[in-house]
Parts: sequence; C-alpha cells; structure tokens
Amino acid sequence: MARHQIQVKINGTDHKAEVESRLLLVHLLRETLSMTGTHIGCDTTHCGACTVLLDGVPVKSCTVLAVQADGREVKTVEGLEQDGKLHAIQEGFWQEHGLQCGFCTPGMMITSSALLASNPDPSEAEIRKAISGNLCRCTGYVNIIKSVQYAAAKLRPEAG
Amino acid sequence: MEPKTSAAICGMGHSMKRKEDPRFIRGQGRYVDDIKLPGMLHMDIVRSPYAHAKILAIHTEKALAIPGVLAVITGETLKAYKLHWMPTLMSDTQMVLPVEKVMYQAQEVAAVIATDRYAAADGVEAVEVDYEPLPVVVDPFKALEPGAPVLRTDKEGKNDNHIWHWETGDRAATERAFAEADVTVKQDIYIPRIHVASIETCGCVADFNKTDTHLTVYMTTQAPHAIRTVIALVAGHVGLSEEKIRVISPDLGGGFGGKVPVYPGYVIAVAASVVIGKPVKWVEDRMENLQADSFARDYHMTAELAAKKDGTMTALRIKTLADHGYADAAANPSKFPAGLFSICTGSYDIKTAFTEMDAAYTNKPPGGVAYRCSFRVTEAVHAIERMTDVLAQELKMDPAELRFKNFIPADKFPYKSALGWEYDSGNYKAALEKALDKIGYAELRKEQAEKRAKGELMGIGICTFTEIVGAGPSKDFDILGIKMFDSAEIRVHPTGKAIARFGTKSQGQGHETTYAQIVAEELGIPAAHIQVEEGDTDTAPYGLGTYASRSTPTAGAAGAVAARKIRDKAKKIAAYLLEVSEDDLEWEPGKFSVKGAPQKSKTIQELAFAAYTNHPPGMEAGLEAVDYYDPPNLTFPFGSYVCVVDIDRGTGAVKVRRFLAIDDCGNIINPMIVDGQIHGGLSMGLAPALFEEISYDESGNISGGSFMDYLVPTAMETPNWETDKTVTPSPHHPLGAKGVGESATVGAPPAIVNAVVDALSHLGVRHIEIPMTPERVWNILKEKGVAE
Repeated sequence: MARHQIQVKINGTDHKAEVESRLLLVHLLRETLSMTGTHIGCDTTHCGACTVLLDGVPVKSCTVLAVQADGREVKTVEGLEQDGKLHAIQEGFWQEHGLQCGFCTPGMMITSSALLASNPDPSEAEIRKAISGNLCRCTGYVNIIKSVQYAAAKLRPEAG
Repeated sequence: MEPKTSAAICGMGHSMKRKEDPRFIRGQGRYVDDIKLPGMLHMDIVRSPYAHAKILAIHTEKALAIPGVLAVITGETLKAYKLHWMPTLMSDTQMVLPVEKVMYQAQEVAAVIATDRYAAADGVEAVEVDYEPLPVVVDPFKALEPGAPVLRTDKEGKNDNHIWHWETGDRAATERAFAEADVTVKQDIYIPRIHVASIETCGCVADFNKTDTHLTVYMTTQAPHAIRTVIALVAGHVGLSEEKIRVISPDLGGGFGGKVPVYPGYVIAVAASVVIGKPVKWVEDRMENLQADSFARDYHMTAELAAKKDGTMTALRIKTLADHGYADAAANPSKFPAGLFSICTGSYDIKTAFTEMDAAYTNKPPGGVAYRCSFRVTEAVHAIERMTDVLAQELKMDPAELRFKNFIPADKFPYKSALGWEYDSGNYKAALEKALDKIGYAELRKEQAEKRAKGELMGIGICTFTEIVGAGPSKDFDILGIKMFDSAEIRVHPTGKAIARFGTKSQGQGHETTYAQIVAEELGIPAAHIQVEEGDTDTAPYGLGTYASRSTPTAGAAGAVAARKIRDKAKKIAAYLLEVSEDDLEWEPGKFSVKGAPQKSKTIQELAFAAYTNHPPGMEAGLEAVDYYDPPNLTFPFGSYVCVVDIDRGTGAVKVRRFLAIDDCGNIINPMIVDGQIHGGLSMGLAPALFEEISYDESGNISGGSFMDYLVPTAMETPNWETDKTVTPSPHHPLGAKGVGESATVGAPPAIVNAVVDALSHLGVRHIEIPMTPERVWNILKEKGVAE
C-alpha cells in the first residue's frame, strides 16, 4: 500500500508522519501520536465520540483519512485547555454535571465549542440540533444542554 | 434532608462536583483502548454470516501470508487446551470458538492475531470458511414445537430446545381467585430484544508474562473480582492460578449490564497472550457489539389481572416464554433463572399471584443481561403497569384512581408480597399525589377532552413502579456460589487524609465522588481528602461488582460501616488523649468533644495523627478498617411517573411533550448525581419505548445490527426531563439509602406506552407493543380510520 508524508498541525503543534493511504485520522491521533482523548464509539459515523475540528469545522475523525488532513489544522479535546486554564465548555460540563462515563464527552465538547464559535447565544433548539450527531447514553442530554448554556454565558463579552 | 456536614466536609446531601471529571474533561480518562503496552499485538475476529451452519473447513493460508499476521486461532486450536467451550453464569455452556457448527449470525469463528489492527482486519478478510447451512430456528414458540430442529446437539440426550421451567406463587389459589373475580383482563405483551449500546464497546488487553506466569487483563468489566475467579476456575488447568491473575477494569465508557458477561473475545485474547507470551489487544467494533454481545429482554408474556367491580385487584397471573438464544448466558444470581421477575405484583396489595416461565433456545446470540435494570425487573414492571391500565380501561376508571385504590398503604411496611419479597419501605400514595399535583393532572385531562373534540390525539400515561435492587442477602443471592456481599477498605493516613477502596466498579455513576461523601459523612474528613479506588483486583477488596443498582446498597453500606469502625477506634484514642471515658464524649462531624466542655475536643485529623504517633498503650497503631457488607434485605426504590404525549395523525410519530419523574431512593448521597442518574435512566427508558429493537428475519439475519438502524435517541428526540423526589429512607441500610441508577429505565417505558394507549383509548385501542415506531402507530391510526 502506498505511503504518504503528511504534515498536520494539531492543537497548534506541527506533526509529521508517514502514513498508509487508508489510515483514518482517528487512528493517526490515537495510535500514531498517542493522543487518546479522541474516542471511537462506532464505525458508521453516527456516535460522534471521535469528533475533532478540521480547520475549525467539526468532523468525525473515523471517516476522514489522515492524508485528507495533510497541511490542515486539527483541534482535539487535548487542545481545549489553554495555558492551564480550562475552556469555558470544559468548565460548563464539570459545573453542570454534563458527563457521567466521560466517553462521549471529548466529541460532545468539541462539537459544542464549534457551535459557540459560530453562534455565541444559541437557543436550546439550536444546541440540540448542533449536538444531534453526538450520542450520549448516560446523561439524557439535559445537563449537556445546560453545560453548553453555561459556557455560552461565560464566553459572551458582556459576561466579562 | 438538610446535610449534616458543612460544605467543607461535603458529606451526604451535598451536590459535590465530581472528583472524576477533571481527567475526563481533558481527554485524560484511561479506557481499555487507550492502553498500549510494549510489543502489543492486535486481535480481530472472523464472524459467521449464517445463523446456523456446519463448518466444513477454515482456510487460513491466505491470511497467514499477509505481512503482519502472526496467527489464526480456531476452535481446533483452543480444543487442544480444552478452552473451546466455557460455562455460563446460568450453568449452561457456550462456545468460545466453534469446532463443528455456528449457532447465530455474527458468532465468532476464528481470531486473527497481527502486529497492528489494520493487518488483523486484513487477515479477517482473508480467512475463508466453508459452511453448510442448517435449518434456522428464530421463533421461540416454534422452537418448542415437536419436530423443531434440535439446536444443542452438543448436549448428550437433548432432544428439544427447552432450557428450563420456573414458577413461583400459588397456582391453585390464583386459579380460584380468577374464577371468583368480578372482572378479569388478559393481554399478550412482548418486550423485544434490545442492546445496551454503551458508547464504549467491549474489549481487553491480555498480558501474560511467560517468565513469572502472571496474567494481567485490562478489561471492560463491571465485576473485575468475579472475573478473576472465573478465569482461575475456567483456565486453571492450563496453569492460570488466581494469585497470579490481576484484572484491572480501568475507566469504563458505560456498562448498563453489557459489561457483566465473559464474551468469547476476552477468552481468545487471554489464550492468545498465554500461548504467544505477548500482550494482545481486542476491541470490538460497534457492529460486533450490537450483533454478538449479550442482548436484554426478549420476553413473550401473557399477563392476566383479576379484580372486584370496585377496582380492587385480587390476583395476578403471568406466563412467559423467554428467548435466550443458543445458550442461557443470562447474568442473574444463580438461584434466579428468571431474575427478580417475581417483583411483578408491583406497588399493589395483590393478595394472590402466580407466575411461570419457560426458556427456549433459538439461533440468536446468547444472553440475556440487564439493560440498566435489576435482573428482569423492567419486564415485570412493564407487565403490571400495563395491566393496571388495561384494567382501568375495562372498568372505565381513571388510571390514577385505580392505582390509589390498590397501593400498598404506607403503614403496611415492611410489606410481604404475594410472591415472597419483603418490601423495606414505601409511600406510594404520597409520590403519586405529588406527581399529579406537580404536572397538573386535572388540567391535562381537561385539555385532552378539548383536543379529542377537535380530533387531536393527546395522551397522559402514569407508571407507579416499585423496583427491587441491591442484591443481595447472601442467604438467597450468589453468583457461581460466591455470595453477593460487597466490600470497602478505608485507611486514614497520619495527616488525616484517606484512601478508600471498594469491590464495585463505576461505569459513570460517580463512585469516586459519592463514596468519598459517604466516608466524609461518617468520619468528618473532607470528601476532597478521600481518594477512592476500584477496579484493580490486586489492591481493592473482593466484591461482586456494579450492576443491578447494588453499589450504594452493598459497597456504599460497607463504606459507612468501615468508617464507623474507624470512628470507634478514633473515639478510644480521643478518650485517651482527653483523659475522659468514652461515654463522656460526643461526636459531631469531624471531632469528638467532651460533653459539657465543648472546648475540650480532638479533631479526626488530630486523632489520625495520634493513631500513628501517640496511640494508647496496648492498642494497635494505625487507623484503618475493612467491611464485607451482607445486606439484610434488598432495597425497594419506587417512583411515580407521568408522561404526556401528542401523536401526529399524519406520520404516527409520538412526541413526548412532558415527562415528570418523582423518584424515591431513600436518603440521597449526592442530589446532583442522583438527578443525573435519573435523566440517563429516563433516556434509556424512552429508547426501547419508541426506537430500539433488534430483530431477526426468518433466516436469522439481524436487523438493528449497527447504528444505521439501531436507533439510540439523540438530543433531538429526548425531551426535557422534569424530576423531583420524595424521601422514604430504607430502614435497614446504614445510611437509609436505596439504589437509584436504574429506577427510571424501569419506570419510563410503561408510562410512555400508557400515554400513547391513553391517546387512542377512545378508539378502542387497549395495548401497543414497543417500540412504538411511527409505522406501528400510523398503522393503528389507519386501522381506526383516523390517519391523515
């Protein structure tokens, strides 16, 4: 199988790797680079546990090839915290009990952070729609929605 | 209940933020698939496309020629070690890998071991298997007909597909009560096969060290200690000895009962590691998880209820056929083949009852496990709560009124049920009154009447369930002979901080927080200073694990009792230091002081330090305790749920407009976590009521075998759950607490079905099977002439 040299900026750091054509982005992250915060929960792009941002857009990294990320920027859960300070979405999930087993949480937070980047004041319906590609089996979503609302309030400029 | 401890101590009743969250929100959880060991190999599994077929040959040459593929393990490989079959928890047997025939679609046929997961998957594609298809038995009723193909030909002398018959109650008295009844109702109810579908699938890393013959297994298991013993019992003959087996259950991405069984994949990975001497990782994908792991439910019930004209229930009778697939691999306590189904008299004072059940083999995966419920309690609750509404409809009574009439009165607890359980405590009337008041029941009925007049379909459903959780008293409950106690071990360090280890294993329930709060409650050491650990058999005390809402009733109780043992010793040290008798001391959270002289006191931290530096002569140093807690009874949490639905006449879609859950789980350790457990449980009750089902065509082909068509609810379908509580403490639990993790999964489905039937009752609809998909509902609307 053909191999390719790729360079991907992940959470602000450039990574070079030689990969098979078929290597999935999620396996580049988890296996090649040992960044295991991004999880795998299905094989049909339904559960969203593997969601990462590719050039700022949420994608399911189990259905993106590593070579497709060549020359692009990826953000994973490991990149949410900056300079020892939690991202508002991380704080929201902790404060509002937005997680239980924690397995869907990285993907759920990444998707939510993308929502807030484009829509700082989403309605409940908008939050539900945004996270509808991320399955959670533990929380019943109610506290996840509260977590996103917490983060939204915290991130809005008037909140300081 | 107001907390007894300060916010700084954070004992029971405080909504403490979870101690486990800082690692999860940073992506620093450690799940099985995150574990990478030096030299680790990967395993992938070849699965059967047929539901029933003879294996003629397995060709491995092409697979072995693929770079990176090291070995292909077949049933013949394992047969050489007598590991091709294994026992189930229910004293049946199931294949690890087949040598003669496959019994269900997606059954394990061979395993490929390779240097990475891509090579292992290539190897699976390259293994060629020759099959000769055999007649398939899918319907359990047909399985029991004379002349049906006998599936378990491995069992000598077995000439049918019947597994067992179980019955309980008074058959003759029940027959008499039915003969004498003013009114009887009868209904067939099917609870289909469903799957827990935790977002993390199952898997393990087996690491056998050939030099010191130690086996370490990192495994997605809810019961690591029991698994260690099972490995020792099943594989003792190949040299695995219990003192050299370490099972580690790391962070689990949900369990819900699906991570209780031993699946063939685990055993093959262990065998491969033992033979090769290198770590072997196996993690199933989602389709394997849905298609081959243990299912839940699959009960075909016929329920009958007898009553007087005024609605007083007099007798209950339920006959059930349980479809177990090709092996009875249910995860029940050993003496309970039908689990705790005999809770089926529910919250009602029914004097006479009889229930019987038969189990059948079919060409489906073995099971069944719970789906977030204490052993078979969901099936029992569905039956009684549906039948209560069927009876109400027959009598033209309001379903709430009928329930009030039949509730076990609050002053009759402890209550002995007709099928032999002693309910510890309850106040069902108070819970239903609160629910009806809070949701505005009378106004909803008015609204429904107005809507009906306009041709709109709106329904209100009630469920007033009683659960039975916390197995269990060792006189009745064991798994393979091991009594179902659970344990805690607490060590207080010289600086007054502590470590507490438990025999259970959290899968998201938040034990690191709630157990710390229990110890904080009893010792006054801040919960923030108590490190909780579970899941490592080398360090934690032996316990039976977390399922069936048993952690708080068993291990949580053990934590309280162990902490009290420590407090008793601390009191002796305090008496010594303060030079008074123990009787002169009084306790408030965190310190002992002298009665009448509160300025003379010693904090728990001072007493901990003294336990290592200045303890009384003749006393052992240190401050630690262990407790193996054998509960005197189960706990019986309960609740009153009200669901409001609107039905779209054009599509048949059911919309849950409101859902109010009043739960009573006794005294609460962490209100925030309890609320979260109920939210999750409600969602896992909504799922089978409206969306989820695993079914099979007549050839045994699965439908519902991937997330393409197994519909786990998203945020779009899940309503905004409304929750509240009543508090009726358990009289026998040291903290007055009851289990709570599963109440809502048990209580929600009948509330939703009752609401949908209620919306259609004026059209003569009396029952609807689950899942109530738009297609199923629309067909009823069409039949009744109201579809748009």
